[in-house]
Amino acid sequence: MRQSAIAAMTEQLTVTGNASSLHTSGRSARRVVEEARERLAKALGARPSEVVFTSGGTESDNLAIAGTFEARHAADPARNRLVVSAVEHHAILDCVEHLVTHEGAKVTWVEPDPTGLVTADAVRAAIEVDPGSVALVSVMWANNEVGTVQPVADIASVARGFDIPVHTDAVQAAGQVPLDFAASGADLMTVTGHKVGGPLGVGALLVRRDLVVVPQSFGGGQERQIRSGTFDVPGIRAFAVAVEEAVASLTSESPRLVALRDRLVRSSLDLGYDVSVTGVWEAGDGIRRLPGNAHLLVPGCEGDSLLYLLDAAGVECSTGSACQAGVPQPSHVLVAMGIPERAARGALRLTLGHTSTDADVDALLSALPGAIDRARRASRATGLAV
Amino acid sequence: MRVVAAMSGGVDSAVAASRMLAAGHEVVGVHLALSQSAATLRESARGCCTIEDAGDARRVADVLGIPFYVWDMAERFQRDVMDDFVAEYAAGRTPNPCLRCNEKIKFSALLDKAVALGFDAVATGHYAQVVERPDGGRELHRAVDPAKDQSYVLGVLDAEQLSRAFFPLGDTVKSQVREEARARGFYVANKPDSHDICFIADGDTRGFLTSRLGEQPGELVDAATGEVVGIHSGAYAYTVGQRRGLGLDRSSLDGSPRYVVDVDASANRVTIGTGDLLGVNAIRGDHARWCGAAPEGVVSVGAQVRAHGEEVPAQAWAAGDGVEVRLGSRLRGVAPGQSVVLYEGTRVVGSATIASSWLERDRGN
Repeated sequence: MRQSAIAAMTEQLTVTGNASSLHTSGRSARRVVEEARERLAKALGARPSEVVFTSGGTESDNLAIAGTFEARHAADPARNRLVVSAVEHHAILDCVEHLVTHEGAKVTWVEPDPTGLVTADAVRAAIEVDPGSVALVSVMWANNEVGTVQPVADIASVARGFDIPVHTDAVQAAGQVPLDFAASGADLMTVTGHKVGGPLGVGALLVRRDLVVVPQSFGGGQERQIRSGTFDVPGIRAFAVAVEEAVASLTSESPRLVALRDRLVRSSLDLGYDVSVTGVWEAGDGIRRLPGNAHLLVPGCEGDSLLYLLDAAGVECSTGSACQAGVPQPSHVLVAMGIPERAARGALRLTLGHTSTDADVDALLSALPGAIDRARRASRATGLAV
Repeated sequence: MRVVAAMSGGVDSAVAASRMLAAGHEVVGVHLALSQSAATLRESARGCCTIEDAGDARRVADVLGIPFYVWDMAERFQRDVMDDFVAEYAAGRTPNPCLRCNEKIKFSALLDKAVALGFDAVATGHYAQVVERPDGGRELHRAVDPAKDQSYVLGVLDAEQLSRAFFPLGDTVKSQVREEARARGFYVANKPDSHDICFIADGDTRGFLTSRLGEQPGELVDAATGEVVGIHSGAYAYTVGQRRGLGLDRSSLDGSPRYVVDVDASANRVTIGTGDLLGVNAIRGDHARWCGAAPEGVVSVGAQVRAHGEEVPAQAWAAGDGVEVRLGSRLRGVAPGQSVVLYEGTRVVGSATIASSWLERDRGN
């Protein structure tokens, strides 16, 4: 967490006051929430009234998908179809699957190109199958695994032509690439605290003012009658501070991360181990790929072996795969990009952030060859070599 | 040493891991994901493949402060244990999947992967003892707790596998292991023991086999008369020595208990008979595995043909890839496919898969 966010949060933790109460301490708590709302809105190109605070990315995504589907379907029963990219986070995928299974929704998954890019043309084609049936389009701002930044403004422009609202999950993008809610043309946008150096368990859904969203949890109606629950005042305050700082440091931070990432990727490709990089990678580019994202495929390895070996060497990374009971499954993102399941098992997702340094990249690069050698031996030992 | 502690989520492997750590080893906890559909939380005491079990193992690793990983061995387990289990039953034999798992998964796939990643050994919560000889060789011995002794299911380990195996619980009785778990603050201290076959959650082996092999009605034949006395739904579901679940109309028989005395898978015929037909004193085993050097000539041993079964005195000798065993007293219910494990005192000599068994009447027992 950013020091500024920790300071804001800990200071606020010492202050009593329910922001929904009308007494003095309640009013001052309310003021903190509203100031945070204004700062967050300003940092993200939104109006304060468009900010709905939530418990984080998953809740925001669920609220956007289910809440908009219900509202649109109720207003026009013909609108029962969701047009959603196949590379979304599980907070989207599983919510859509739930609506399909339990609410009679239909879904058209929009497949990405081999770099993980979901084109506006592909979205248009999916809509044009039956434009009158579409309740919502959802395409993430940037992919969490391979870092591909999606053409959200183009997609929103296509959808607007059909009068269809667009949601974008910008959890990975906030603080990494420039975000402007209004300019993007999106109707709903998800952001969350811990990805910008803010606290865990707090996030927001930006909701265009005239969009109807049916609440998914019920209670005091604190947030525009869309989202209920006592305000997490310390979390909200720290979240806004973190977003503001992340956005402000973007112009200096982005080139720094791009340079680190490029050295990491270039050196990994040059190891002589047939390592490849997924998605869109061009040295110096921090617009089409998230600056801090390096996602590699290491043939002949299982990601979990690499993860263990690198962890033991002090490098914390992920295999870029979804875990169920801790069991690595080939990533749906890589599968959707057309990467064979076997190759997808050797995925290594390395994320750089505001605390990452040249020394971190050096540590990885010195540990990687030995780790690959060992991991390949382990794959051969278990008879699962590529 | 750098050691992988195989952690099922149960109390035994938890204490085994903690003992390895206390002995000064560098320990990493590994939970094997063996089921391709582990998406269930079960209250049952059976099995070791649920999300809950993986979570329990993780919590123990947390308490110990050791790294913890889940390694996906589901593909290998499916092929080497579950498919083999079904194929063996389909061939009229009665396999022991725990031996198979120890031979092919825990001390092969897991051990080999661990060694490749730079580990020296694998430790498990099995109740058995490894004794190091003065010459550096290692011997596998029965555990001190006879009620928990698992040397039988480890009888498939060869010298190479044994050289990289640790069984830290072999010198301890179960009640003490639970006590130790409580003292160390493991939440799993009172977790019930696992039973039966881990991949058959409800314990219904026949139902499991039927779902994979289908109903195959065939004849139940009386060994004495050769008459058909009933219909079964698949010979694969029967085991030599089995008495329950034969569905016989007792009035047609003389009232004495009937047992399965033969399963002929190719003819899908199950033969039943009286208990006296079950006694055998000669066994031929194949796929012999020796925990050390193969014995030379005829050796006097103890033979055990099922987990927690009795050990009887025997003479044994290696014969090609297999073993010949002559028992000093008759054993009942010796089913092909089961393993015969040979002991010299408490030491495991080796094991073999029972291919056939018979009664040699001239041997006077």
